[in-house]
Parts: sequence; C-alpha cells; structure tokens
Amino acid sequence: MKIIDAANLDYKAVNEALRRTDGDCMIKGCCGQRFIAAGMSGKNLTIQGLPGNAMGAYLNNAHITVHSNAQDAVGDTMNEGKILIHGNIGDAAGYAMRGGKIYVKGNAGYRAGIHMKAYKEKVPVIIIGGCAGSFLGEYQAGGIIIVLGLHAGQKRIVGNFPCTGMHGGKMFLRGDCDDICFPEQVTARRAAPEDLDEILGYLSEYCADFTCSMDKLLSAPFTVITPDSNNPYKQMYVAN
Amino acid sequence: MGIEFIYPEFEVIRNNDRCISCQICVQQCANEVHSYDKEHKSMKCDEAKCVNCQRCVSFCPTRALKIVKSDCTLRENANWSDNTVKEIYKQANSGGVLLSSMGNPDPYPVYWDKILINASQVTNPSIDPLREPMETRVFLGRKPQKVRRSENGKLDCSLPPQLELSMPVMFSAMSYGSVSYNAHKSLALAASELGIFYNTGEGGLHEDFYCYGENTIVQVASGRFGVHADFLEAGAAIEIKMGQGAKPGIGGHLPGTKIIGDVSRTRMIPEGSDAISPAPHHDIYSIEDLRQLVFSLKEATEYKKPIIVKVAAVHNIAAIASGIARSGADIIAIDGFRGGTGAAPTRIRDNVGIPVELALACVDQRLRDENIRSNVSLIVGGSIRSAADVVKAVALGADACYVATAALLALGCHLCRTCQSGKCNWGIATQRPELVKRLEPEAGSQRLIHLMTAWKHEIKELMGGMGINSIEALRGNRLMLRGIGLTEKELAILGILHAGE
Amino acid sequence: MKMEGQVRIPSGCAISAVISKDGNKMSGEMITNSMKPMHDRSNGLGGGFAGYGIYPAYKEFYAFHMFFDTRDTRKKCEAFLKERFEIVQSEIIPTRKIPAITDEPIIWRYFVAPLKSIVVSLQLDEKEFVARTVMKINEDMSGAYVFSSGKNMGTFKAVGFPEDVGVFYKLDEYEGYSWTAHGRYPTNTPGWWGGAHPFTLLDYSIVHNGEISSYDANRRFIEMFGYKCTLQTDTEVITYIMDYLLRVQGLTLSEAASVVAAPFWSTIDAKTDLEDQKKHSYLRTLFSSLLVTGPFSIVLGFTGGLMALNDRLKLRSMVVGEKDDLVFIASEEAAIRTMEANAENIWSPAGGEPVIIKVKEGMF
Repeated sequence: MKIIDAANLDYKAVNEALRRTDGDCMIKGCCGQRFIAAGMSGKNLTIQGLPGNAMGAYLNNAHITVHSNAQDAVGDTMNEGKILIHGNIGDAAGYAMRGGKIYVKGNAGYRAGIHMKAYKEKVPVIIIGGCAGSFLGEYQAGGIIIVLGLHAGQKRIVGNFPCTGMHGGKMFLRGDCDDICFPEQVTARRAAPEDLDEILGYLSEYCADFTCSMDKLLSAPFTVITPDSNNPYKQMYVAN
Repeated sequence: MGIEFIYPEFEVIRNNDRCISCQICVQQCANEVHSYDKEHKSMKCDEAKCVNCQRCVSFCPTRALKIVKSDCTLRENANWSDNTVKEIYKQANSGGVLLSSMGNPDPYPVYWDKILINASQVTNPSIDPLREPMETRVFLGRKPQKVRRSENGKLDCSLPPQLELSMPVMFSAMSYGSVSYNAHKSLALAASELGIFYNTGEGGLHEDFYCYGENTIVQVASGRFGVHADFLEAGAAIEIKMGQGAKPGIGGHLPGTKIIGDVSRTRMIPEGSDAISPAPHHDIYSIEDLRQLVFSLKEATEYKKPIIVKVAAVHNIAAIASGIARSGADIIAIDGFRGGTGAAPTRIRDNVGIPVELALACVDQRLRDENIRSNVSLIVGGSIRSAADVVKAVALGADACYVATAALLALGCHLCRTCQSGKCNWGIATQRPELVKRLEPEAGSQRLIHLMTAWKHEIKELMGGMGINSIEALRGNRLMLRGIGLTEKELAILGILHAGE
Repeated sequence: MKMEGQVRIPSGCAISAVISKDGNKMSGEMITNSMKPMHDRSNGLGGGFAGYGIYPAYKEFYAFHMFFDTRDTRKKCEAFLKERFEIVQSEIIPTRKIPAITDEPIIWRYFVAPLKSIVVSLQLDEKEFVARTVMKINEDMSGAYVFSSGKNMGTFKAVGFPEDVGVFYKLDEYEGYSWTAHGRYPTNTPGWWGGAHPFTLLDYSIVHNGEISSYDANRRFIEMFGYKCTLQTDTEVITYIMDYLLRVQGLTLSEAASVVAAPFWSTIDAKTDLEDQKKHSYLRTLFSSLLVTGPFSIVLGFTGGLMALNDRLKLRSMVVGEKDDLVFIASEEAAIRTMEANAENIWSPAGGEPVIIKVKEGMF
C-alpha cells in the first residue's frame, strides 16, 4: 500500500500524490487539508488524522475510510463510492449527492443530506449513527437518509426543521419521533416491516463496517418520512 | 366570469377579407387561441389565451392577422395603473406569487442609451476595418502579475488556463429544460462555428452535446443538477452560478412538468420531480467558502480549466467582486437587473438588483484601485442589445459580454414573456416535441451566426472610427465615452465625462 | 480608494480560541499555530489576537494599545490622554521584523488610570468614561486609533496572515489564561491595521466570522445609546451590542445570546417550559432591533471567560473541544487538533446555543 505522509503537505500536494497512486493508499498525519480525493475514482483510501473541508467532493467511485472526525461538506456532489467515518462529521455532509454512501459512526452537523438526489440505479445513502443537527434532509429530492440516534440518551436525535422542502426520497429515523416537528408537506409514520426491508441491507452493511449489533439497531421502532408530492411548490405561483 | 374576470390583455384582429380559413393559425398556436367553427364555417378566437407571441401573425399566408393591445381599460389613475390593479386581482383570485418571464420590462434608465462613443477627426486617423487589420480576439482568465524566467533567462511562457474568443461576446447560461434541445443545439453549433462559447446553464449537459465541449462553459449552480466528474471535464471552463440578474438572491425552480425524457436524464433527476435550486449554495455562506468551492472544482479538474463566478449586480457588487477576485476565481461574470429568465417572481425581477452599466463601472474601478484587476477577467450581461452596447461595455472595462435575450430573439423569440407556460410557439422555451421541432437547429444556428457576424462588423466599424485596431486598446478606455443627460453622480460612478467636456 | 469606515467592507474569516478553566497561563504560540491549517480561510489582509491575563504587573490599569500614523499624532494624543488619565507606563509594543508583515504604523501602549476628579465631575461611571474617551479618539483624532482598551488584556492585530501576525507581535513572549485569534478575508484592501480583528471595547473583544444581513438595523439602533460605528464592520456593531446588553443593561451572557441569536418564533412557541418561553418572548420583543441575522460565528472574550455563539441558522461552522483544564473553540477542528492533538469531546454547538466558559466557574 502506498503511504502519503501529509504532515507537511498542503492540499494540492496531497491530492497530487494521491492522483499518482492506484488502488490502495493511506494518508497519514492529515490535519485539515481540504478537497482530499475530489473528483477521484478507482481508489481505496484510508485517512489517519483529520481531513479538511470538502473531502470526497464530486467523488466518482472511490472508497474512503476516515479513522477520526471529518469537517464540513463531506461528499459534496458525490456521484459514486463510499465514505466511512469513524467519528463525527461537520455541516452540509452529502450536499447534492447523487449516488454512493456516507456512513458515519458518530454525529452529523447541520444540513446533512441537503438536496440529496437519486436517479435511476443511483440511490445515495447516508447513515448517521448518532444524532443529526437541524435542517436534516432540507430539499431532499431522492435517496435515503437514516439516523440511528445511538447513544442519544434523552437528546432528540435530529435538530429543528428536518425535511424542509423535501420533495423526494425517504428518511428513516430510529425512534418514535414524537418530539420532532415535521413540515406540512411530508408524512411521518411508523415504519412497517416492508418499509424496513428496503434498508436492512444498508443497516447490516453499516453493522459490519462499525461492528455493531443488528439486533440492537432493530430493537427500537423506526419512523419513515416521505414527501407528499414531488412538486411541493406547484400551487404557489400565478402567471403574470 | 364575475368578480374573477380580467379582460384579456390583447385583441386578435382578423381581416376577414384576407382570411382564407386555411387554419394555419390554428395549427401554429399552442395556446389554442384560434379555432375553426365547422358549423358556421368561420374562424373563431379566444383572446383570453393569447400571449402576443406573434406566431400566427408571422405564419399567416395572407397577412390577415394582427394582435393589438386591448383598449378596454380601467378608469385612468396615475397611481393605480391598469397593471397594478390587475396584478392585485390575479393575487386575490389565486393566492399566488406573481410569476413572470424574460427581463425587467419597467421603464428604469438604460445607461447604454445615455452614453455616446467617440470617433477620430483630424488629430488622429480613423481606420477602415474593411481594408485594414482589426482585431477582436480576447483571452479570458487570470493574468499573472509577474514575468518569470528560467535559469538560462528564457521566458516562462506558461499561463493559467485561458478562454480564447474570436470576439468579445458569448451566449450566456440557459439551462436545458428551461430551453429546448434544439435551442441548445443551435447555440452549441453557432458557438463552435463562431469561435466563442455557449453556456449549459444549471441543467447539465446533454450527451449529444459533449462533442461541442471546446466551445462550452459548464455551469455548477446550487442544485448541482447533472454535475459529475465527466460533466466538469467536458467544458472549456466551469461557471459557478451564485446569482442571476433577473432574480438576485433567490434560487430556481423548474416545474416537474418540464422534467421529462432527456431533460430528466441530463439533470440526472427522476421524471416529473421538481428541479429546485436553493437560493444559496449550501456550502457557501461566506466569502472564504466560495474559495473552497472554487478550489474543489480546480482540484477535481486538476487546475486545467478557468473558473467563472457569476453573480447578480447588487448594491454591494464592488466589494463582492473584490472578494471573488481574491477567491482563486479566474473570471467574474456580472449579470445586470434587466437580464432575462425563464421564470422569476415578478416582484423580485422588477425590484431587486442594479443596472449592469453601473455595476461594471464600479467593479472595474474597484479592482483597479486594489490592483487586482489582472487577477480576473470581467464578463457582463443582463440586456446587452447591440454591438454598440458591447463596445460601450468594453470601453467601461469589460473583457467580454454575455448575451441571451438577443440570441433568443435571433432564434425566433418575440418577447411575449410567457416562457413559464412551457408552450413556446417558437420552439425555444418548451419541451413539447411538436413545438421543439419548429426550431430547426441548423437554421437557428445560422441566424445566430448571422447576428454575431453582423455585430462583429459593427464592433470593428466602431473601433475603427476611434482609431483603435485591437479590442484590448478599447478595454477600460473610458475617454472614448461621454454621457448625455446624466447627473454628476451618475457620471462619477460611470467614470466618464459629459458630452461637451 | 475608500478606507474602512468610509465604506462598508464585508469579510469572511477564521476564528480560534483557547481558555484554561483553571486560569493557568499559556504563551501565545499555541494560538498562533492554530491558525496555520485554516490559512485558506483568510486572504492575508488582516489577522489578530486577544490575550487575557497578559499584564499582571499592570492589572489595575487600562491598557491602551494604539496605532499612530506619525510621531506628531502620538505627541498630540499623549497630551490629550494626560488631561484625562494618569499614564503609569508608556512604551512601544515590541515586534519582530519579518518579511510577511510590512508598512507597520507606530504601535504603542499606555497603561493608564482615569483621573478621579474628571470622572467625578462628568458624573460618569469609570468604564463609561474610558469607553467614551476611546470612541472620541477613534472618531475625532485623525491618524490615532485605540485598538485595545481593557484591563489585564490586550489585542494585537495587523495586515497579514494571522500566523505571521502572531510572530510579528512576539506572542510567544506573552502568557495569558485565554486567547482568541482571527484571520480575515475582507472584500477590499484598505491596507489599514485598525480594520483587522479582534475588535474591542474595554475588556470585551470579539472575533467574528461571516457577513450579517441585519447590520444597518442593528447599527442605527445601537447608535442611539452613544456608540459610534466608525468602522462599519459587523464585528464592531456586535461588540457594541454585547457591551450594551452585558454592561449597560446587565443581562447575563446567555440572555444576551438569546437576544442576538433569538430562536425562531416557532421554536419559542413549541417550548414546554413556560417560564423559558416567556423569557425568550420578552427578550425578543424588547430587543427586536438587536436580532442579528445572516451568518456569524463569534467568540466574545471578557475578563475571566469566553463565550462562543453561532447564528440561529448556524450558517458558519464552529467546533468546540476540551483537554484537561483547556477548552478550545475554532472554525475548523483542524485548528483544535493543532493546539492539542488529543483534544476530547469535540462537538459543534447548535445555532444560537451559546457556549460559555468561565475561569474557576466565575470565581476568578
């Protein structure tokens, strides 16, 4: 495996070194370097240390594992691939992602999965092990967002204003969500077994990635949220 | 009928002496204004549906039709104009936000029309462009501040990526979805032929048009529709759309009814689903975040493409442009408040933003004051209507202009301002196959080539008159301009003298 | 070209802060280094720091840090100060010559105490007197600028990248129990050192990231109370708002946070704790002109503590971390990791949720 020591490199140098490698690669000593693996494909990358903002932007079928936290804008406009984060992630993770997976062991900041899309065989998936901040899935147009709320304790597992402007895709929140206020244009209901069938594969993949127990995940009910219409603003305008 | 009734805006006048009941008007009107009454063997029309697109007028073989403004009006009132009252009726009827298309039609000052161009007389010669060399080639992109040499003294002639244009005009962004496949194809063909660029807008790039990539600017907007690695690689430059002159501060919203077939495929979203572009890019809430998006795109394309940042002309535009010029962007595009749109809330379109002439003048000056003008090239758009406007813009300091409305007019648009209906009879702002096919791309591109070729001649004539034989000698040459009927303040902002001074 | 104050110059930024809950001293080197991984958030047109507890020998005196354009201005200003203050120490602020920082003005500091007789005759509270004097100098005395005026604290700022500014001011030679830092990305080059941040008044200092949209509504309100927004920056108006709410109105830190980053009405309406609901409703109604909208993350420094706050939509990033007695706050986690590789409990406060750290729980 190729090892890149990022300790004294800026992001440009890190990415240049990365572009020159094929297959497996590890970045050591990362501390805030931005844009790691932006637009890249065909790599299997492990990061030690803290990657900077916009890691995996426009990612095109590469696999990234981060052993710590990650900062803002992870997987921005990601197309394909998988990002695995063993810590927390910052704000706006998976903004406008169209395909691929972002699995997070810890918490996510504000606006996770904002404007996430789906198209044909491309169904992006975000799983957040802990809690998510406000505006989760704002403008969600497709794909699946799952928040597990593990170790949430008494805390609400998502912040304020989830699903604002949601007009496609699905969100699954582990819990009964009595304490969460959803906007008018979505429907939130207890997930039936057939709803869960759709995500069991992702959940078991998540359990394997982070060595947690599937039984434990399924020990609590899930709430599934879907938009009532994929044309939420149709009635808003009058021709002038 | 009743309280909700609003008398139709237009009247269809049919000269029955000329009408031969051929029913071409019936076929041509997607709004279904015209019909043939079989029983009475006569032509009828429903004026309430007429948008005054002039399609029937243009295609009537006997010139039997004309459309006129209705003279059924409310009692005159300088405060409550007919339009103002009718807008209130529409909102009271529907509860809806008023939606309009194309540029701001209100009578705000058009500064282009208050600026006059110089010509040489006696003291230096004018140049005849038909017989003397006259250069309009422009390179857009960052120009380094310092010359570098290798150790043996040889000049290092490498430059940051540049866009080469045969003339300082390009077709500005119109997305596939808001305009038709054939409209895009016409623009792409013409741009290739002319050696300029067209712009995908925010709807992605249709697979058929990747072959025109060398003359394509690909756009990344807040909805990121159709944005993926191949798309970013496909164009000659990448434009980040932060704002649009017709609707500064708000996003876009292409209704699901237009997301069908290839539009859905190109945008990479399901058919029938609304394409919503949020008002901001949700990864840009501050100037340093713009730097992040600029460099994420540069990293993703290995620093091979210039990055354009497009913003609407707003009050603080000089400071905004200064920030962009330090963000790593190579080109700034400024879109004035008269710029067109496929649909925008009327109140936004008609009340938000500032004229591009003033924005251009203050931005160019500010960037020079800060010695960062060479960091970026400046493109201006938002109602550039003629070669004279182009020349005035370049003399004020622009490197190039963006045109869209003028290009659409060349393709047949009659400025009826109802693009939002999706029933464009000219095959431009529509996705209905029977309408789209009315715009034939080869013919459309030919008309665009005609227009641009004519403008290029005119630009050369105007330059020649000033004794200038290369466009770069015109750029920022404000002494070539004089204001007419402008206040001291307006002249100061434009940085030009009054006529007679 | 118009300078800061003649024209409003919005800017983006990076912020960083560290505080010892036990009041242990640390040199300014760590905070300087924390700005390095966030280099791209600034553009080299402004960097600055505030250190608390750095002047123990003069802790009873107001420390005025000043920029002067000429020696004459300094002499004139000194004469002005002597009419109002006892100057116990007057000296140049030591700096290192480095290539990254050029065109420095005359940088001076005075340790002063207001003349009692004057304060009494003006019937002013001592702090109010000092604040007004600072504002008078900054508004009226061309070429002189007070950029720090608190007790046992000081700000250090310049045109340059923050990591260079820290080296320039020899921050490694100061010891403080808390530090804040700022890297600026202004949309102009006034080339003026006073425009860098932190912005301070008395011992309040603010570092701020983001461009607020409520600026002129806030400014026109706060100027009714004797404040003069001479720089037209967001940071300046936020500092005055904080001074007004905390010092003049006597609000607590968290109450002040509920004014500037008030929850949405829907959030207030949904509160089940009725007492809390009433409080938020009251503060929002009473101080409606002090609601700050648009993106911001700020760190407010004050004697014995720090408060970090995000706008209510959390449009700027901010991360908090801890290690032993230290608490770290920064725009990016990378800054915290640079200060302490093994920082723990890294978390992002929610929008409008203040993070308040007081040395020795306020018994400092």
